[in-house]
Amino acid sequence: MEWALLIEQFLNGVQFGVLLFLLAAGLTLTFGIMDLVNLAHGSMYMLGAFFGATIFLWTGSFILALVLAVPIVAGIGIITEVTTLRTLYQRHHLDQVLATFGLILFFNELVQIVWPLEGLTVPVPEYLSSTVPLPFGIEYSLYRLMIIGTGILLAIGMWLLVTRTRLGMLIRAGASDREMVYALGTNIRLLFTLVFGLGTALSALAGVLMAPILGANSGMGEQIIIVAFVVIVIGGIGSIRGSFIAALITGLIDSLGRSFLDVILALFIPINAAEAAAPAISSMLIYIFMAGILFFKPTGLFGKQPN
Amino acid sequence: MIDWKPLFTRRGVVGTLVVGTCMLVPIIATLIDEPYYMNLFARLMIWAIAAISLNLILGYGGLISFGHALYLGIGAYAVGICSYYDINNIFIQVPIALGVATIISFVFGGIALRTRGVYFIMITMALTQMIYYLSISIEEYGSDDGLIIYVRSEFGTNIINLDNPFHRYYLIFLVMVGCLYLTYRLIHSRFGYVIRGAKSNELRMEVIGHSTFRYRLVCFMIAGVMCTLAGVLSANVEKFVSPDVMHWTRSGELIFMVVLGGMASILGPLTGAMVFWLISEILARFTEHWHIIFGPFLILVVLLSPRGIDGMLGKRGSGSG
Repeated sequence: MEWALLIEQFLNGVQFGVLLFLLAAGLTLTFGIMDLVNLAHGSMYMLGAFFGATIFLWTGSFILALVLAVPIVAGIGIITEVTTLRTLYQRHHLDQVLATFGLILFFNELVQIVWPLEGLTVPVPEYLSSTVPLPFGIEYSLYRLMIIGTGILLAIGMWLLVTRTRLGMLIRAGASDREMVYALGTNIRLLFTLVFGLGTALSALAGVLMAPILGANSGMGEQIIIVAFVVIVIGGIGSIRGSFIAALITGLIDSLGRSFLDVILALFIPINAAEAAAPAISSMLIYIFMAGILFFKPTGLFGKQPN
Repeated sequence: MIDWKPLFTRRGVVGTLVVGTCMLVPIIATLIDEPYYMNLFARLMIWAIAAISLNLILGYGGLISFGHALYLGIGAYAVGICSYYDINNIFIQVPIALGVATIISFVFGGIALRTRGVYFIMITMALTQMIYYLSISIEEYGSDDGLIIYVRSEFGTNIINLDNPFHRYYLIFLVMVGCLYLTYRLIHSRFGYVIRGAKSNELRMEVIGHSTFRYRLVCFMIAGVMCTLAGVLSANVEKFVSPDVMHWTRSGELIFMVVLGGMASILGPLTGAMVFWLISEILARFTEHWHIIFGPFLILVVLLSPRGIDGMLGKRGSGSG
């Protein structure tokens, strides 16, 4: 029984980690290449969930929701980049933080006007709603397995894109020396817009995938984006590999902590105290972990050391 | 002899107007029989105190702390939790609040200040978020429903009684003026010069023999403790505290107040807080969805006027504040 619970929570942790990676990848790219702190990245996740849920409810097809919602939100992201964010690249981080904070307020309010105040709920698509038998008598949700699979495929895809293609070469070059890439004749504006669109698309995809599990509601973006920040800080800003590893670790710490911390604590302190303290401590675990990592490596696990 | 000249500059006139308004509001509100405005300005000044404290690290220190609302939470919860255990004496509550704030700002500052740039922004944000979730998960103190404070802090004398709205208002006013004065003294001291020097050229400060880390840590702690006072006052105005006071959007709003008023100007955060509240009050009258206008407004301020209201008042002369 304990083993079954452990494996189930392990899978939940991986699923959460994969979700975090989809968000963190876009964040870490925009920061690594454009030096832009984009707090509004979570808004794109939220918009993905809303558009995905709406299209799914209208057409009844989840595939169609994925195919349509992701480009729509990526389009919104690109419009935002061209109109607002582009002017911020040369500005101080403080200006970027504030302006993208303004964007969050705007988008949160916008979805409250367009969609019902309480948000939207959608079911898991029927063909994915069954469970899969696993060892130790576990029945695990096929839908969640599908998310894990999609996330891992996308992570491999991102890795191939960054290490094996011409675009990826420009992305890496841009991350290490922006001016030089520009001087060598690359249309850096277009590159930035493309990368931003890519990041937005990943974030929107995460939103569509999560809509059947969490629903869509205003403000859902920030809850997760702060955890995504924790992920890229642990992984080292600008590193895709770092954010993948950090996302998985964070996801696992969070879900295993929530289910097993009381048992672990009970080994050391009385069971009553353990049960009282566990929820409080487990909600802080990932932040404590982050603080610990930064104490020893102030630029994260795979971050560039400052000169 | 007092030098009155700075009062007659544009900056001096605006400053006098802003502080004067705060001083006169209770009288005007009583005359026109609108006690609502007195409450509004009491809240506004509490935000101003928080913004003034943030200005120390953000404006003068150049460190973008995105978690400053944490200290509002510490102050407010210190009062809330004390009153939960029937400890209402302010001379016990305040030392507890400030003590906790000192320890937490020391630890958090020590961790955050090891990092630079974006890392610093995100860590301050995440550390505050950690305490935010902690406050949500403790059911004893009301989780996300918050904690109702039945009795306001007591001074143990009738001379100051916080149930009296005038006493409450002028206590807040005095604390705010005290914080403004403290800021003035701090930034014109040797300590202030090191902090400002580290903002413009950290390496140079290190080379001439100042440990910028230590100075910044102390500055971070002073700012945190000052903001905790705002939290204590806020608990006494609202008679309520919930995790919401340290929600990350509160920290964002505080930063906006500082930037709106003008970074690294003494009265800037107060002006910023005032304009912030006026705008949100006016917008909220038109539509409940006022954020849809406020968000773009914020972006425009950032893009068009990065030096805020203080910047519009002309170039900074020497000695003006």
